[in-house]
Amino acid sequence: MSDTATTPNPVPDPPTGPVPFDRELALGLLHDMLRVRRMEEKCAELYGSGSIRGFLHLYIGEEAVAAGVMRALRPEDNILATYREHGHALLRGVSMAAIMAEMFGKQEGCSRGRGGSMHLFDAATHFYGGNAIVGGALPLAVGLALAAKMQGRQCITACFFGEGAMAEGAFHESMNLAALWELPVLFCCENNRYAMGTALDRSESQTDLTAKAASYRVATETVDGMDVVAVHEAAQRAAAFVRDSGSPMFVEFQTYRFRAHSMFDPELYRDRAEVEAWKTRGPIHTYTARLKAQGLLTEADFLALDDAVGAEVRRAVAFAEAGTWEPVADLARDVCTPAPGTGDAS
Amino acid sequence: MSTKAGTQEGVHAGTVRITYRQAVHDAMHEALTRDPRVFLMGEDVGCYGGTYAFSKGFLEAFGPERIRDTPLSELGFVGAGVGAALGGMRPIVEVMTVNFSLLALDQIVNNAALYRHMSGGQFSVPLVVRMATGAGRQLAAQHSHSLEGWYAHIPGIRVLAPATVEDARGMLWPALLDPDPVVIFEHAQLFNMEGDLPQPFTADIEHAIVRREGSDVSLITSGGSLWKTLDAAVQLATAGISAEVVDLRVLRPLDLPTVAASVRKTHRAVIVDEGWRTGGLSAEIAASITEHAFFDLDAPPVRVCGAEVPIPYAKHLEDAALPQVPQIVAAAMQLMGRTR
Repeated sequence: MSDTATTPNPVPDPPTGPVPFDRELALGLLHDMLRVRRMEEKCAELYGSGSIRGFLHLYIGEEAVAAGVMRALRPEDNILATYREHGHALLRGVSMAAIMAEMFGKQEGCSRGRGGSMHLFDAATHFYGGNAIVGGALPLAVGLALAAKMQGRQCITACFFGEGAMAEGAFHESMNLAALWELPVLFCCENNRYAMGTALDRSESQTDLTAKAASYRVATETVDGMDVVAVHEAAQRAAAFVRDSGSPMFVEFQTYRFRAHSMFDPELYRDRAEVEAWKTRGPIHTYTARLKAQGLLTEADFLALDDAVGAEVRRAVAFAEAGTWEPVADLARDVCTPAPGTGDAS
Repeated sequence: MSTKAGTQEGVHAGTVRITYRQAVHDAMHEALTRDPRVFLMGEDVGCYGGTYAFSKGFLEAFGPERIRDTPLSELGFVGAGVGAALGGMRPIVEVMTVNFSLLALDQIVNNAALYRHMSGGQFSVPLVVRMATGAGRQLAAQHSHSLEGWYAHIPGIRVLAPATVEDARGMLWPALLDPDPVVIFEHAQLFNMEGDLPQPFTADIEHAIVRREGSDVSLITSGGSLWKTLDAAVQLATAGISAEVVDLRVLRPLDLPTVAASVRKTHRAVIVDEGWRTGGLSAEIAASITEHAFFDLDAPPVRVCGAEVPIPYAKHLEDAALPQVPQIVAAAMQLMGRTR
């Protein structure tokens, strides 16, 4: 363990090899990642111009994880995520327009503008946030899975969290409960190597994350989170395991954040060269190259896809700009649930 | 306190005499029987029969799925209760004492209380958390505090303090019907108290209640302090002072109209709170009285609170740290301009 500087991360070779999916799924995964990437690039730009304020934690570089996992889940499944959840919400089915309006703080947003970037919610798709307390969603995932089990509902609960959350007591308590009570929780650890600015080996005595989960007798797997093929295959295996066994599973997705932690982060804790080295493993361009090599995608196809995504982003921004502010008179609305027959309770 | 007498005001013909413990037991039994979504979760609620025997016999009656023993994992199981509530269940989560609930405060404050507003009204959390509170059993500093005021500070949760067997019996079911989180504080000094449960009993989680009518001074209190305050009112009566006793019952949202109506009648207020004075619930009551009934007051509100110390073990020190009848009497006498 180092005292001051981070131990240089050996950067594995970029993902290669054939894509073992049919064309629809293969291009669908690319489309998913592009939608997240282009939406967030626009968010960063809008942050610069002041349309989006507060914290903005970008997922750029990590898109393969949400893309690969979300397509392994079913409509009835529950999803919980962190404050870096724009991609998860979008790929779960929350409209880009509703997400963008939320970022703008407009009442047409998916949380009526109350939550912002860190608190995207959507009951219709069982998307339970958007939780900005590190580890805060993990006990909720246990409870949602417990409820489903007690009600005899065949659904699983997927909970995304960073490796930083594994230092929290909530992680350990949740792993224990999920294993002890045999609950169908898919624990998705997005290990992007830094808890804000603190490298894994500077914050954890045990850097083998699967060992922590395994100590609770939870099944584990480690996956290259920059490779959407590996992610999706692993997620399908893991979701099937959780669904069939009714027991939890922990999957570590090894990934990397290309952008700063948030818009306020000067990135003093990592070398520029390390970031550049990881960019050679970027999930979108490496995957695009594989699709092309395999004849599943031409440059013209890619440009057409990217254009379509660009148009979706423009429509989302227009929707957000045209959105309206919730009246200040509604400030206290939904602090409590309105009593039946009344308009409000506050 | 008045457990020695074990009496409550207003004993009626149609009553059943039961202990507070039995009242809590019966309330949970009824809820578990009426609604299959209700389940009980907490440390030693099952095989042990409940730390305070509230759930004795439940494991046999309702089975281990619904009477769920948890590890010593307050953050985890209270959070699981929040999640289960989000998932359509109606959990009753029992936390052994308010001091232990601090381990779960993140889940109660950052998730349960916030989810509805933060999600733009999409997710309610119909969770009930019950916990023991208060001192008087020589359990020393880490098992004896009264932190109700901290919880009452938080928008998005309802805070209840049942002080009578009727409230202990009646408040749970409406708490479970509340679509939002409810925290119920049960004062540990009351568990063995006997009282007369009216038939039928009432179930009100909205309003404070006047426990004793009076005209000279309002004594405003809740929870375990209610019985000391009623004893003080009896002593004051022998001195010719007519004290009205208001039991807040609902610590959030506060029923200020009932408090203000009493103060407008008596023109004087003594607030009795086992919690600490500084930044406490008593401060909120006193401020609210001055905001809502200032010109009806003949004197500034007076507070009788727990001493600003960690609750000590030794009996004489513990007694000295808590509001006691003589202090309440003295405060009221002073407000009346009387020395004896």
